[in-house]
Amino acid sequence: MSTLMTDPTAGDAAPAHTLAPPPPGGRLSTLYWGTRDTWTVTKRNLRHYVRQPRLLVFSTIQPVMFVVLFSFVFGGIAGDALPEGMTYIAFLLPGLFIHSAAFRSVQTAVGLAEDLERGVVDRFRSLPMSRSAVLAGRTLADLVRSLSVLLLMIVVGYAIGFRFTEGLLSALGAVAIVGLFGYLMSWLFTYLALLVPGAEAAQTAGFVLIFPLVFASSVFVPPETMPAWMAAFASASPLTHAADAARALSIGGEVAGPVLRTLAWSTGLLAVVIPLSVRRYRRIT
Amino acid sequence: MPSPPAVQVTDVRKRFGDTDALAGVRLEVAEGEVVGLLGPNGAGKTTLVRVLATLLPPDGGTARIFGLDVARQAPEVRRTIGLTGQYAAVDELLTGRENLRMFGELFHLSGRQARRRADELLERFDLGHAADRAARTYSGGMRRRLDLASSLLVRPRLLFLDEPTTGLDPRSRNAIWDVTRELVAEGTTLLLTTQYLEEADQLADRIAVIDHGTIIAEGTGDDLKDRVGGQVVDIALAVAEDAITACELVAHAEPTDDPRRIRVPVDADDALGALSRVSGALSAAGIPVRDVGLRRPTLDEVFLELTGAAGGAGGAADIPPHDSDDGATVEVERPPHGTDEDHRRQEVA
Ligand SMILES: Nc1ncnc2c1ncn2[C@@H]1O[C@H](COP(=O)(O)OP(=O)(O)OP(=O)(O)O)[C@@H](O)[C@H]1O
Ligand SMILES: [Mg+2]
Repeated sequence: MSTLMTDPTAGDAAPAHTLAPPPPGGRLSTLYWGTRDTWTVTKRNLRHYVRQPRLLVFSTIQPVMFVVLFSFVFGGIAGDALPEGMTYIAFLLPGLFIHSAAFRSVQTAVGLAEDLERGVVDRFRSLPMSRSAVLAGRTLADLVRSLSVLLLMIVVGYAIGFRFTEGLLSALGAVAIVGLFGYLMSWLFTYLALLVPGAEAAQTAGFVLIFPLVFASSVFVPPETMPAWMAAFASASPLTHAADAARALSIGGEVAGPVLRTLAWSTGLLAVVIPLSVRRYRRIT
Repeated sequence: MPSPPAVQVTDVRKRFGDTDALAGVRLEVAEGEVVGLLGPNGAGKTTLVRVLATLLPPDGGTARIFGLDVARQAPEVRRTIGLTGQYAAVDELLTGRENLRMFGELFHLSGRQARRRADELLERFDLGHAADRAARTYSGGMRRRLDLASSLLVRPRLLFLDEPTTGLDPRSRNAIWDVTRELVAEGTTLLLTTQYLEEADQLADRIAVIDHGTIIAEGTGDDLKDRVGGQVVDIALAVAEDAITACELVAHAEPTDDPRRIRVPVDADDALGALSRVSGALSAAGIPVRDVGLRRPTLDEVFLELTGAAGGAGGAADIPPHDSDDGATVEVERPPHGTDEDHRRQEVA
C-alpha cells in the first residue's frame, strides 16, 4: 500500500516532515504569495457566483430589468428635464452603471459576512496564506463580476437605442471609471461587513446607505430638477461625480472635472479603507 | 540542543463573557507523541485547540508550538500545523477536488503539486467517486474525510484533530483511526480531542482529562483507572425504592443509570474489606440485595468520576482515599474554583 504522505515538495531524500515552503523572505516574495493567494481566493469566489443561481439571477437579470424598465417607464417624463435632443436611455444608462455597481457592492458585504460565518474561513486562517487575500480575493472577484454585468447592460442598452458617441477609448474610459468606482464601493462594504456581524445586518445596513446615495445623485435625473437642498447634496456626492464622469465619457459633456474628482475620491478612499479593512479583519479573526 | 516540545502550554486562560473557557491550562506534548484531550461538553477542548492553532488569542499565559509563540509567531506556527476542527471547514460549493486544490495552493504548493496531491488524497480517503461533486452533497463521514484530507496537503509536523470521529459510523471511524495511526507511524505529533475515553485509550500514548477549563488528570487509560479508585463494589438491589436509603447508608455510594443498581468506588488494596463492610451494612439495615460484586471501573466511569458528571449528588467530589504507592503515575487535581453545582448551573445557563 502506498504511504499516506508522499512528499509533495522534495525528491528522494524526503525529510521526515514536509513543511510548507520556508517563510517568504523580503517584500517581493510577500507580494508574490499575496498575489497568488488572492488569485486562488478570487477563483473560488467566481466559482461561487456561477454555482449560486440565486446570486446569478440577482446580479444579472436585475440590472437588465432596470435598464429596460427605467428607460421605458420614466423615459416619457424624464425627457423634459434633459438637454435638447438627448434621449433618456442615453442619459440613464451611464447612471445605471453606477447604480448597479453601488448596489452590487452590497453583495460584497453579504458574501464576506457569509464567509465569516462559514467554517471554511477557519481553515483559511490556519493556513500559511496571506491574510488579506480573503478580502482582496473577494473584492477582485466582485470586480470581475461587476465588469461582466456592465458588459451585459451595454449590450441590452444598445438593443434599445443607447450608443457610445465619444469613440472607443472614451467608452473604455467609462468602463474603467465604473470599475474603479465599483471596486471602491466593494471595499467600503467589505469594511462594513467587518464592522457589523452577520450577513443580514450587512445587507440591511447596505441598502439603507445605498438607497439615498443613489437617488440623491445624478444617476437617474439631473440634480437641477431636485429641491435646492437635495440638489446641493447631490452635486457634492461622489456618486454624482462618478455618474457624470461615466456619462461624459459615454455620450459627451465635460470630462476632466468629474473624472478627476472621481479618481481623487476613489484612490483617496481606497488608500484609507483597504488598510482599515485588513487591520479589522486581522483583529476580528 | 534538545528540540523544544511540540506543544507547551503554560497557564493559558481564555474568557468568553463570564465563562472561563480555559482557566489556566498546563500541558506539554513531546514531538512524536499522541495525546488525547478528553473532556465533557463545554470543558474547553475546542477552545484550547483553537488557541494552539492560532485561531484564538489567549487572554493570558503562553502557548508554544515547537518553541514558537502562538500569539506572536502565528505565521510561523501555521507552517507547522494541520487542523481538522470540530465542524468541517471545507467549502460547501466547491467539489472535493476543487477544495483540495485550493487548499494546496494556499499551502503554497505549485499548481501541479496541488493537483497531484489532491488526486492522491482523494484516492487515499476513498473519495474518488465523489471527487467532482459539490462538498455540500457529501455525507457527514465524507465531509469529515475531506476535512481531514484538507489538513494533510502538506504533511503537518503537528496535527490537531478536534473530535474527529463524533457522529461517524464504525466503518468511517475505523478509517479515520487508520489514517491517524499511519500519520503517527510516519512521525507526526498528534493532539486529538474526544469525549470517548475508549477512543483516547485506543489512539493516544497519554490522556489528558480537561474539565472546567483545566487539566484535571493525566496518564494512560490504566493509570486513570487506578487513580479513580481501583475497584468498584457493584450492588443490584431487589427493589429500586431502597436505592436512596442504601446510598445514605454506605459512604461514597452513588446511584447509577439503572435505578436498582448502586455503586461504591473503593480503594483497590482494601477491596475485599470494603466489599464485606458494604454487604454487612446493607444486610444489617435489612435491605434486600440481588447481587453484590467487585469489579474494575469501566473507562466511562473513570471519565464520569473525573469530570464530576456522575449521577449522585456530590458523588464525584468524594473520590475515595487513594494509596499513592500502587505505581499509578497520575496526578489528580480538582478544579480550583467552583463546585460541581456551579458548573452545572453554568452549563444550563
Ligand atoms: N465564541 C464563544 N463565545 C462564548 N462562549 C464560548 C465561545 N466558545 C466557547 N465558549 C464557551 O467556552 C466553554 C468551552 O467551550 P469549548 O467549545 O472549548 O468546549 P468543548 O470542550 O470543545 O465542548 P464540546 O465537547 O461540546 O465541543 C463553553 O462553556 C462554551 O460555552
Ligand atoms: Mg468542542
